[in-house]
This record gives sequence, structure tokens and C-alpha cells, in this order.
Amino acid sequence: MTAVGDRPIGFGPLKRKEDARFIRGKGNYLDDIRLPGMVHMAILRSPFAHAKINSIDTSAALALPGVAAVITAKDLETLGLAWMPTISYDTQAVLAGDKVRFQGQEVAAVIAIDEYIARDALQLIDVDYEPLPAVVNARKALDEDAPLIRDDKDGQLDNLASPTWEAGDEESTDKAFAEADTIVSRDIIYPRCHPAPLETCGMIADFNPETGQLDLYNGNQAPHAHRTVYAHVAGLAEHMIRIKCNDIGGGFGNKVPVYPGYVCAIAGSIVAGVPVKWIEDRSENLMSTGFARDYIMKSDICAKDGKITGLRVDVIADHGAFDSTAQPTKFPAGFFHIVCGSYDLQASHVKVKAVYTNKAPGGVAYRCSFRITEAVYLVERMVEALALEMHIDPIDLRMQSFIGTEQFPYETTTGWTYDSGDYHKTMRVAMDIAGYEDLRQEQEEKRARGELMGIGISFFTEGVGAGPRKHMDILGLAMNDGADLRVHPSGKAVVSLSAQTQGQGHETTFAQIVAEELGIPPEDVEVRHGDTDKSPYGLGTYGSRSTPVSGAAVAVVSRKVRDKARAIAAQMLETRPEDLAWEKGRWYVKGDPSVGATIFDITERAYSGDSLPEGMEGGLDAQVIYDPPNLTYPYGAYIAVVDVDPETAHVTVRRFIAVDDCGVRINPMIVDGQIHGGLAEGVGIALMEVITFDEEGNCLNGSFMDYLIPTALECPDFELGATVTPCPHHPLGAKGVGESPNVGSPPAIVNAVIDALQPLGVNHVDMPCTPARVWAAMQGNAAPPQ
Amino acid sequence: MNISININGETVTRDVEPRTLLVHFIRDTPGLTGTHWGCDTSNCGACVVQMDGQPLKSCTALAAMCEGHEIRTVEALEVDGKLDPIQQGFHEKHALQCGFCTPGMLMTTRALLDENPDPTEAEIRMAISGSICRCTGYQNIVAAVRWAAENAEAEVQS
Amino acid sequence: MQTPARFDYERATSLQGAIASLKEHEDSRIIAGGHSLLPMMKLRLASPTRLIDINDLTDLQYIREEGDEIAIGALTRHVELLKSELLAEHFPLFKDAELVIADPVVRNRGTIGGSLCQADAAEDLSAVCAAVKATVVITGADGTRTVPMDQFHLGPWTTAVGEGEILTEVRIAKRPGGGSAHEKVERRAGDWAIAAASAAVWIDGGVITDAGIALSAVGLTTIDLTRAEELLRGQPPSEELFEQAGAIASEDCMPIPDSRGPVDYKRHLAGVLTKRALRKATARALS
Ligand SMILES: Cc1cc2nc3c(=O)[nH]c(=O)nc-3n(C[C@H](O)[C@H](O)[C@H](O)COP(=O)(O)OP(=O)(O)OC[C@H]3O[C@@H](n4cnc5c(N)ncnc54)[C@H](O)[C@@H]3O)c2cc1C
Ligand code: FES
Ligand code: FES
Repeated sequence: MTAVGDRPIGFGPLKRKEDARFIRGKGNYLDDIRLPGMVHMAILRSPFAHAKINSIDTSAALALPGVAAVITAKDLETLGLAWMPTISYDTQAVLAGDKVRFQGQEVAAVIAIDEYIARDALQLIDVDYEPLPAVVNARKALDEDAPLIRDDKDGQLDNLASPTWEAGDEESTDKAFAEADTIVSRDIIYPRCHPAPLETCGMIADFNPETGQLDLYNGNQAPHAHRTVYAHVAGLAEHMIRIKCNDIGGGFGNKVPVYPGYVCAIAGSIVAGVPVKWIEDRSENLMSTGFARDYIMKSDICAKDGKITGLRVDVIADHGAFDSTAQPTKFPAGFFHIVCGSYDLQASHVKVKAVYTNKAPGGVAYRCSFRITEAVYLVERMVEALALEMHIDPIDLRMQSFIGTEQFPYETTTGWTYDSGDYHKTMRVAMDIAGYEDLRQEQEEKRARGELMGIGISFFTEGVGAGPRKHMDILGLAMNDGADLRVHPSGKAVVSLSAQTQGQGHETTFAQIVAEELGIPPEDVEVRHGDTDKSPYGLGTYGSRSTPVSGAAVAVVSRKVRDKARAIAAQMLETRPEDLAWEKGRWYVKGDPSVGATIFDITERAYSGDSLPEGMEGGLDAQVIYDPPNLTYPYGAYIAVVDVDPETAHVTVRRFIAVDDCGVRINPMIVDGQIHGGLAEGVGIALMEVITFDEEGNCLNGSFMDYLIPTALECPDFELGATVTPCPHHPLGAKGVGESPNVGSPPAIVNAVIDALQPLGVNHVDMPCTPARVWAAMQGNAAPPQ
Repeated sequence: MNISININGETVTRDVEPRTLLVHFIRDTPGLTGTHWGCDTSNCGACVVQMDGQPLKSCTALAAMCEGHEIRTVEALEVDGKLDPIQQGFHEKHALQCGFCTPGMLMTTRALLDENPDPTEAEIRMAISGSICRCTGYQNIVAAVRWAAENAEAEVQS
Repeated sequence: MQTPARFDYERATSLQGAIASLKEHEDSRIIAGGHSLLPMMKLRLASPTRLIDINDLTDLQYIREEGDEIAIGALTRHVELLKSELLAEHFPLFKDAELVIADPVVRNRGTIGGSLCQADAAEDLSAVCAAVKATVVITGADGTRTVPMDQFHLGPWTTAVGEGEILTEVRIAKRPGGGSAHEKVERRAGDWAIAAASAAVWIDGGVITDAGIALSAVGLTTIDLTRAEELLRGQPPSEELFEQAGAIASEDCMPIPDSRGPVDYKRHLAGVLTKRALRKATARALS
């Protein structure tokens, strides 16, 4: 009972169960939902980055036929909905009252019978703004004369968003640098970019004044946590709120936070007494919802005797106008301190401080676990710079400095305990696929002809699957996940999860875990998620945590069911449970494999009128809340090959080799798909995706015309490989993978671009490597993005 | 104004404002919500349908402009319970994740195969270059189109 | 999604009917492919009160030889320009350009008339038509008039098409010994040009008898490189000559810094692309 054709019962490349509806156009995304009597909401947004609001006149908008209501901050105050908490214990205005603090901030909401009229009405709202000087450059946010952005916060006298946070040890790091024979310093920027899922954010709120029930349809990555937030914000009973996430058109971190528009839709439904639909347009998505990165980093790295020994990093984090970065409470810089990477360092020291600026709030992960992307980018850029300085091959320097297999579990100098790995092996597999020696040969020949070809390396280690309750929570909620498994009398099962898919294939993967553990064919396992009324509590899907946490929960709950099945089987077979052995789908008598009971026989018995072991309840189900003992630490070796046009500076990613080790692969087809997608995002971030502002704080990339996402023509045919080093503490040996490719690929591509430009003496370029920026670097004028 | 459009072989009539975009007409009137939208600037291709057999970004056409033309949406690919090979190819090759770009990709690549039954990888990449997929990195979409080309006559079912 | 403001709509059944309606209704506009106009209307950067849809005027949709000219109807779509064998034979720069204008789906709708009338400085076809020294035919209530490309664009987003007039045709003279090419650098496939250069040369007896060079996206309108054209005339083609023409391109363009790049880079590109386009055009002329 292992596989039928290409339909494995358990782990393997099972085709996705969820595809059937999507390939027929029968997905059920947010905008597809139409409720009786539903009206539409549109949001008026600030054209200024920083301005006082003197008055708002909504009368002309209200007079437009078809308009039902216009909501401003004043109206929200009476409902007690004027401010909402962010995921970082800051507060954010739902609608701006006295002043606006970023371009695109929510100022008023119109409710009308259709979307077109709601948008017409926006043009009729008259807001009297008094523009104020804006803080755009994070480096200047703490200047004496910088205008104060958060005058709403008692005692806030400057633009500091968080006190300096440190990890590692300063003294021993200084010592490592003092003893080093090579030191390299760089200013490295991880520019502001945006997850930009293809489906934008939105909400349908349906408040029933008679029953007090609030139904919310909203594609978000953490429905249970959102419900808890709404209960607090709106003062409603949590059990009277139901959030239903149907199909979600991608998330990548963008759908983690609670946005003001959601609260406006709730207020709108309370005011209008009918369901209110709000779907943001693409500009709203890019200009106001959770951006990612915006880390300004200064770093030194050092080596002694051909091995990396120490690392220092000093970061200014630009959090925008409100601090709504996504991270566990105790880690104000997320997991940035995983910055020691895959190397056995003597010492390291990390300092991060955050500032407010007049830009959209966010700092969410864009397919990354809480700032790990920034950390990996930094260390992999620094290692490359060090190798250049030392005139040694960048792979050799890494090989010399890797944590050895025998050193696991390995404690880093910033306090992480890596679970397992064989870094040297994975690096070698990548070199083999790439044909590394031949590539260097080819490069040499091309250089002789004046062609610019570059080979870039990145070797990353991530910590994903937040997280152990002893270390982490978000807004006071432990980062655990529930799973609830019911095997029905017919032998078909339902597993309910708190994690929520946005395309990761949960309906297939989680069914495969149950199949692997119980031997029930995956097509007979229904995966339920995304409905707070139908799933156990948990913190959702982001930070590559679904498999490490929810996947473990499903394994554990399946094993609980299996244990109960064992006791029942023992009774059926008239033996003792400890005399039974398990093969997939069946308990049998040790020493006499022909005598046994299948999971189906056992299920029938569990629900039948026949007797059960002493004290056992009928039925076959179980429930767990899984608390992971540690994060899982996937890693990988990436090699990018680029060509740079010597005249136009246009960069082409010709090849990309990615060897990931994410432990045991439940569905390798889905894993590869995740890697492809993340690599494409990495190509985007490295070459074109960026959100910039002019001096007045106007966003310059507020549409898909200027926020460029790679197309099929910019993405090479990715060459994947795998090594498998099981996670020792995960019940299935699996680690997270969703984010690895996004985390690991940008430094490989940027390193390749810099490698290509070696004949010109270029040793630094900041992302994105657009033709204009690369050309400037070629002229010796590399400049950070604004 | 009263607008009648032939959508998937049926005439759909509704009184709408002249400014109604085709994508909204398709989604609202016959309720064919398989056609999505993802941008304001005609860049993403989530809204692609076929007009007279050619791919069209339905966010960049007025419903009024489509009267007298034949519109075909993703819902029409499956006929009598038989999937189109391109639909099957997307399933076989894991060419979709969140599924949001899928209808547009299907209609674009179906039209490609109608015109060029044996496209090269480069031709496929060019054909879908007006459509963004945020999830798949395109590689499996290319493979799916190849699968459909190679299994054009296959008796397929889900 | 962003949506346009209200307007009236009419579908033209004849050219003269469309012209009459344009005259009659203030703030009315032609809609052809709609792939420039509708995005602007959705962003509410344009709010005409009436749209006159000319898509049924299919007798404006053709590419044909007329004596020693090639005539292209205003409603001809990008995809038709891309696939035209006639154009590929005589003016291969159309194909060069059409492979990099927008994306294949947009190219199914956008028209040459709309492209030229949009008069966006980054529009590729404006440079293409300028380089091959096309003339455009403009039709009004009182008949037609012809305007050479170098007098067509009057400024950013303004053309020689007057009120109550419609661009109906583009005409290009076939001359022996010709070769042409279009070169573009974009941030990403489907994006507008950072800079683009169109070049055409006519070579007789080893000497360039005439040349046309025009640049996109490096000024407020399409830039005609008349100084470089003069330089080339009467000279045998050579790398040095193309370098010099490129240097003129860098000098004579008037780029505006934006998110595609700063002025110095755009000037540099104008030079590089001019040189490359000339090189390719010459090779084609000689083959
Ligand atoms: C995503 C995207 C990317 C693009 N990228 C590029 C690119 O890289 N390079 C490029 O060159 N173009 C690009 N375009 C523009 C595309 O080529 C347009 O289709 C074209 O410029 C306009 O043609 P249209 O027929 O759609 O014009 P419409 O949008 O219908 O009209 C444009 C303007 O011209 C007027 N008009 C149209 N026809 C006539 C006529 N016969 N007489 C008088 N006035 C008329 C209209 O009133 C309107 O003002 C892009 C468009 C999109 C949507
Ligand atoms: S919605 Fe993006 S192209 Fe139509
Ligand atoms: S599958 Fe999600 S956008 Fe393509």
C-alpha cells in the first residue's frame, strides 16, 4: 500500500487536489463572493506624505446618487474604531483625523451601490490639507531638525521607532577583528520592495444587527489571530466573529497584517446594516499595504588564516509611519540575528534601530521569516566581498568557513541552535550541476574578449517554523498550531488546520501526511482550513511555518489516532498492543504478519456496536496543539550565472542553480514549485522590484507599470537539485522551504553581477540591478536607491 | 445602454453604463468569475479572455466595444466533462499554485496552441510575457504548454 | 480596480460619421485599440465625455503596396505589423519594434494610428515611422491632407491631427538599397523604453545616399536626429561613422530623469542604440 501509478499513498509527487477547481475557473476568491444586498466601499487616500488635515467636506460625495455613506475619522471615533493596534504593539490610525503621515494613507471611506459610483464619489470629497515637511530618508529621521511624525504618541519626541536592539557580543567581536588578517567593510542596502500577490487585499464584512454576528470574508494568512484582533478593536465577542478565507490569490506576507481598510469595511457594515465589500486596487496595494525590507546596513567582516572569523552589523530599519513590522514580540528586528549564516564564526555583534519615516508602514516578510532575507543578503554579500579582497574563490572561502556536519546541533554566536546540516555536500552538489570549473573557464575566455559574464554564489541558512512558545509569541499569542483529525466510519478522514493556504498546496500536502501516517489514500482525506468556525486555533501561514508547525501537528494528531487504532486492533486480534507492529495502513501481529487489521477494519470497529477496550470512547479522532521544540533550519547552495551587456548594462540571468536541503520532502513536486516561484521573486528583487520615493515622499512605484515583476522572459529555466538532511526534532524530519528561494537568490544574482563587473573594478552595487544602476556602477558611481 | 455580447456561445444582455469594462461585464452578468483582474494598468494578464479567438486583456476593453464579437472565457474550456488538454497540462505539470493567474494563462496559451500547435519554449515564454504569475516562476507553465502540445489528442479527464 | 469616469459611447459606422460626431461633441475622442486611452481613463488622467469607437471601420485596417509606396491603414494592429511579410521585406525595423512593444496580448489590440496619435515620447512606432520618413494621411470633413512625420508631433501628446480629424493612413516610400533596424533597452519585457533608436539607411554604390534616425523616450517628443542624418549622407558606412552618429545622438537628445534612469545614462543609451541600429540597418541594406 504505497503507491498507485503516480498517486502515492503518503509522500511523493502527488498531483494537487486543489487544481480541479482552479483550472476550470471555479476558484472562489474574495471578489468572486456576492452576498445579497451587498454594497461597495472605496477609500480616499492622502496625496501628501505629511500634511495637516484642516477639514474634510463630504457633502458633495454624499449627494451623489448611489452613495450610501461616507465615513471619516470622526465617525470612527464614535464607534470606537479610530485607532487599531499593529502587530508590533504600535497603534495605527484607521482613518487619518488630524494629519496624514504617508502618501496613500486612508482618509475617508465611501459606501455606494457599486464600485464605479464609490470611486466617482472619492473625487467629490474635499479635503483641506496643509502640507508639512516630510521625512523620507531614514538616515535623516533622527536629525535634530527632522519633523516629528508621531506626535500622536505620548512622550514621543523624535522619530525613533524602537530603541537599539542588540545580539551577539561586542567585546569578543572587537577581539576577533583585532586578531584578523583581512577586514572588509561595506554599506549594504536591502531596498524597500513589496510582496504584491496577484490578488490584492480586501474584505467583505457582514454584520447582523439582530444577532450581533459578524461574518468576515477576507483572504488573510492568519484568520484566527485576525479574529482575536477584531474582537479587541471592535469590542465584539470573539465567538460571534467568523472569518472565512476562501481561495487566496497569493500572500507572500502581504496578507499577514490587519489593514485599516478591513476595519473600515467592518465599520461600514455596522453603519449601513448590509454586507460591505472592499477590494483594494493595485495602487492601493503597492502604496499602502505591508511593504518588505528597507534595511540600511553597515557591516564589517573579517578573516584569519583563510577562514571567516567575525561579523559586525549596524542597521537602521525604516519602518514607515507606523510600526507594523511582523515579528515575534521578543525580537524587534525579527530573526535578523541569524546573520552569522552558515559559518562557524568566532564572534559577531548586531545592532538594529528602527525609525519612523513618512512612508507606508509595513516591514512584513516578503516570503521570508522575519528579516532572515536581509540577514542572508548581508552575510552573503559580505562573504563575497571578503573573498574578492582575499583573492580567493568565493566557494573556497565558504568551504573553509562552513559549520561542520559534526558540529550540529550548533549554537551560533547570536544564540540560535541550528538543528542539522551537511553544508559541504550541498555546496558540492550545486557545483556539479553548475559545472563550476567549466563556468570559470568560460568566464575567463569571455573576459579576454571583453564580454561581461558573472558567476555568483549564495549559501544560506534559515530558521523557520516559528516557534517554540518559550521563545516567541505575536501580540501575546503563542505561535503554536492546532490540528484536528476525524476518521469517519467509512474510512474517509477530515483534517482541520489553523494554517491557511495561499497556493502552497496544503490540501494535498497535509492529506499526504495523514496518508503517510495512517495509510488512508490522500484523495479520501479532506483538508479544512481558513474558516475560524471550522478549524482549531493557530497562528497561520507565513514564515515557512506551515510544514514545520502545522505539518508536525498533523503528523502528531495522526499518530494519536494510530495509537488508538492500535489498542482497538489489539482487541480485535485478541492480543496486546505492544505485540502489534505497524506497516502503512495496517496493524499486524509481530511474528505473524498475515494476521492484522487495516485502518479501515479498525475504523469500522471504532464506530460499530462492538465492544472497545476498557474505558475507551468510540469513534476515531484526535486533536492536538503543536508546540515546536525549536525552529527548523533549511539551507541551500545557489549559483547564478549572469551576462551583462558591456554597453547598455542590461543584466540577463542566464542560468540559476538551486540546491535546497529542506529535510524530508513530503511532496517533492510542490517543493520544487515553491522553489521556482521564490527564485522568480529573487530575480525580481535583484533586478527590478523596488519601491522608491521622491523628496516629497511621493511613491514612484505605485502601479505594475513601475513596480516591475519578472515575466517568463526574465526567468531562466531553473536548475534544481536536492540534498536531504532530516530535521532531528520534527516528527517527519521536514523543514520549511517556501521562503528559502526568495531568501537565498538575491545575493547570488547580485554577487554574479559584481563578479561580471570585476574587469571594471566594481566591488559594490545595491539592488535592484536595473540597467541604469548597473551602468552607474560601471562608471564608478554606484549609488543606493532613494 | 443595453449591451449584448456572445459569451461562451450564449448571448448575454444587460443594461449597463457605457464605461463598464468587459472584465466586470463578464464577472457580473453571467457571473463567470473565473476571469480575474490584478492591476489597473493592463500589465498583469489575470483578465485575459479570448475575443474572436485572440487573447484580450478584458480590463482594457469596454463591454460596449465587444458587442458583435465572440468572447470565450476559462469556463468554456471544458466541454461535456472533458478537460481541454491545456487544462490537463496545467494539472499534470503543477503549473499553478494560488491559481489566480491560471485562467488568463490558460486562455493565452490555448490561443497560442491554436495558432502554433508545436511551440518552442521561447515561443511559449514570449506568448505569456504579458501575464504575471507570482507563484510558479513560469517554468511549469512552459512545461504544461509543452505537455498540451504533445498530448493534443489525448483523451483527458481530471 | 480603478474605473473610468462616465462618458457616452458610440460606435462609428463610417469614417465621415465619426468625423462628424467628433466635430459635434466637445471633448469627444476616438477610441481605437484603447490600450493607451483606457488605462489613462481608469487612472482618471483622461476623462473624455464621449468615445467614438472606430473598430468597425475595418477598411482602415490594411498593409498594402500602392505603387512605390507601402500604405498602412490607421486601424492596423501591432500584431499585423509584426507578421506582415511585406513590411519584413521592405522595412524590417517594424518587426524589430513589434517584438518589443508591450506584450503579445496588448499587440493584438493596439493600433498604429493610436500609437502615433497618443504621441507619447516613449512610443516606439513614432520613431520607427520617423526613421523611414513616413507621411501620415489625416482625414477631416473636407477631405484629406498629408503630413510628413517630422511635422506630425507638435509637442508632448499633441499631433498635427486637428479637431474633427482622424488619422487614416501611414505611407512609406519604397526606395532601393534600403535597410532599417530598431533597437530598444527596457527595464523588463513589456515595459516602455528607457531609450530606443530607429534607423534607416539607403545605400547606393557603397555610399549612404540617405538616412533616417529617430529616438524614443529621450525627450519630450520623438527626436529626429537630423544632424546625424546629414553626417551620414554621402559617406561610405563605417564603424567610425556610426560612432560619430551615436555621439550626436547622445548630444542631441533631451532626456528627462525618471525611474527608468538618469539623464547621463539615457544619453549614453541613445548613442549606443543609434550606433547599433545603424550597424544593423546597414548590414540589412547590404545583404
Ligand atoms: C501594458 C502596455 C505596455 C505598452 N508598452 C508599449 C511599448 O513598449 N511601446 C509602445 O510603443 N507602446 C506601448 N504601449 C502602447 C500600445 O502600443 C498602445 O496600444 C498604442 O500606443 C495605442 O494604440 P491604441 O490603438 O490602443 O490607441 P487608443 O488607446 O485607442 O488611442 C490612443 C490615443 O490616440 C487617439 N487615436 C487613436 N486612433 C486614432 C486615429 N486613427 N486618429 C486620431 N486619433 C486616434 C485616441 O483618441 C487616443 O487619444 C503599451 C500599452 C500597454 C497597455
Ligand atoms: S487586470 Fe491586469 S492586465 Fe487586466
Ligand atoms: S499561480 Fe499564483 S499567480 Fe500564478
